[in-house]
Amino acid sequence: MKLLKKLIEAIKAFESWSSLLYSLVAIIIALILGAVFIIAFGYDVRVAFFHLYNGSFGSLYSLSQTLFQTTPLIFAGLAVAIGFKSGLFNIGVEGQLYWGALASAVVGLRVGSWPMAIALPVTLLVGAIAGGIWGFIPGLLKAKTGAHEVITTIMLNEIAILGTTFMTVNYFKVAGPVDQTARLAETVRIPPIVPGGDISSGIIIAIIIVGLTYFLLNKTSLGYDLQTVGNSPKAAEYGGIKSSRMTILAMVISGSVAGLAGSTIIMGRLGRFVTNFSPGYGFTGIAVAVLARNNPIAVLLAALLFGALEAGGMTMQLFARIPNDLIGIIQGLVILFVAAPGFIRLLTKFKTRKEAGERT
Amino acid sequence: MTSDILAVIFNLNTFNAALRLSIPLALGAMAGAFSERAGIINIGLEGMLLMGAFAGVFGSFVTGSAWLGVGFAAVAGILTSLIFAIFIIEFKADHVVAGVGLNILALGFTTWMMQMIWGTRGASPSVASVPAIVIYFLEDIPVIGRLLGIQSPFVYIMLAMILAGWVLMFKTPLGLRIRFTGEHPEAADSQGINVKKIKYFSLLLSGFFCGVGGAYLSLGHLSQFSRNMTAGRGYMALAANIFGQWNPLGGLAASLLFGFTDAMQMRLQGIDIGLANDLIQMLPYVLTIAVLAGAVIKSRPPAALGNHYESGE
Repeated sequence: MKLLKKLIEAIKAFESWSSLLYSLVAIIIALILGAVFIIAFGYDVRVAFFHLYNGSFGSLYSLSQTLFQTTPLIFAGLAVAIGFKSGLFNIGVEGQLYWGALASAVVGLRVGSWPMAIALPVTLLVGAIAGGIWGFIPGLLKAKTGAHEVITTIMLNEIAILGTTFMTVNYFKVAGPVDQTARLAETVRIPPIVPGGDISSGIIIAIIIVGLTYFLLNKTSLGYDLQTVGNSPKAAEYGGIKSSRMTILAMVISGSVAGLAGSTIIMGRLGRFVTNFSPGYGFTGIAVAVLARNNPIAVLLAALLFGALEAGGMTMQLFARIPNDLIGIIQGLVILFVAAPGFIRLLTKFKTRKEAGERT
Repeated sequence: MTSDILAVIFNLNTFNAALRLSIPLALGAMAGAFSERAGIINIGLEGMLLMGAFAGVFGSFVTGSAWLGVGFAAVAGILTSLIFAIFIIEFKADHVVAGVGLNILALGFTTWMMQMIWGTRGASPSVASVPAIVIYFLEDIPVIGRLLGIQSPFVYIMLAMILAGWVLMFKTPLGLRIRFTGEHPEAADSQGINVKKIKYFSLLLSGFFCGVGGAYLSLGHLSQFSRNMTAGRGYMALAANIFGQWNPLGGLAASLLFGFTDAMQMRLQGIDIGLANDLIQMLPYVLTIAVLAGAVIKSRPPAALGNHYESGE
């Protein structure tokens, strides 16, 4: 009872209601513009949106596809959000995710004979560490030389994709036309939620990590320090916080969450590392974080939305022959509109002016 | 073995290729210099280059003329930068976030359009491209002849534009106003400079340069557009801009270095040096990081970079 009261109070005190509304408006505008696009090229917008819905929430199978797409996006969005909260723009999630995936695959193959209770967490942890190391590099460069993390992480993405391909082809490839590692043993596979089903329990791990991140950022002094540096590095220095150390730490934490995105994909459905396996989860993670306004809890909802768009987009492409690059266009628009506070102000100004006009 | 590698690296053909490969980077770097000198971080260079590359092929496809394609590319670059400018200047979007949004939008848009027009997701059909030109009196000079005698006209266009850009930025009153805006918008405003107009102008100029740079990728280097054909060059251009100290000439020098690494990388893949191609391909990216890390220690960006400024605030 007490808990419920506390919860209601928390919801009432939630200062981000207006920003939630704001994000909603941004999505609606992006979807409307997407619809304009569909119509402009002679497609039936009802058919498009029907398949978009049908492919994402229309059936149990679709829902499982949506949740499958959502899981890595929760990690990726969270990773970007952690960076943002600390004043850093980690575009390197894609690269961190690749190293996390490969490291988990390689170690997973070695520890497959161990009992699951040890092998599974070890394999996950290794993925997080690998992603963390790949995040450490741009963090260190930023802290020591001031090299902007946006450029360094993008370069590191390319290096990671080439590097994991190199490692796989030269050291871990099994015979076959696809460049991939051997299949992981069941002991290091994240089991499906429903036996035989498609949804892996990776989503439960993702939700736990969301909770841990929320706790880290809002309930610990480290989280406070990180956010202070994010809000104002100068104030942080005055307050005795070593901002360069926080920069490195934030990138490492962000990178390790990104690494988990890769680990859970290959330990879940794929069951092995496959070169070039990510369709750009790291980049969609940027859209997720921006839409969620870096709130870890809101990341869940934003990831679900983009997961649904990814899953629905595939169905739309398959059945209505509408290229699912439309989803990329919508993502880009969402980011632009959410990043632009002035746009909503313009809308509200327009509304109040109209109301004022009606009164006279 | 070592002599083979050196022969491939220090070869006039490599230098020739380096010069060409530096075109989109140098134009992008100058685009970055203009927008950042006016106070706007321009992560959107990648998207502007990509839109230019696409529009170039589209224009050439529709009109049959490669040069009209270049015109299409320039216009597309300007229009893309106009979208960016409206979000940044009018709606006060965070520069970096909006830039990344623009790039994702541009990638989705160009891939979508490719499917709408040509029904393919990978690469467009071949179109008329801009042929190399021969300059007779240069052709006969030993080394210069090999480098500049027979060359893509884009090389000359690029060199002329860089020079014009440098003059504009450092030798004209308008250039002074642009630099003033990025350093101290309040003071610029009080001097009667229309800060907003300057920012629009600088960004649209950025788009123009990127449009032409993108057209080189699709019409000069190749004769088709392929998905995401810029592959991070916009970000490299931004790094080249920082390395070149927000100066078009410095950006050109940095771009030549990047272009050289890229040319070397491509040529090294052609001979067996006992190093996997995946590793060789990393070279330009590794160099970009190294250059950036080394360059920013000494460099000083425009003071008001990344800030929003509203007249009368």
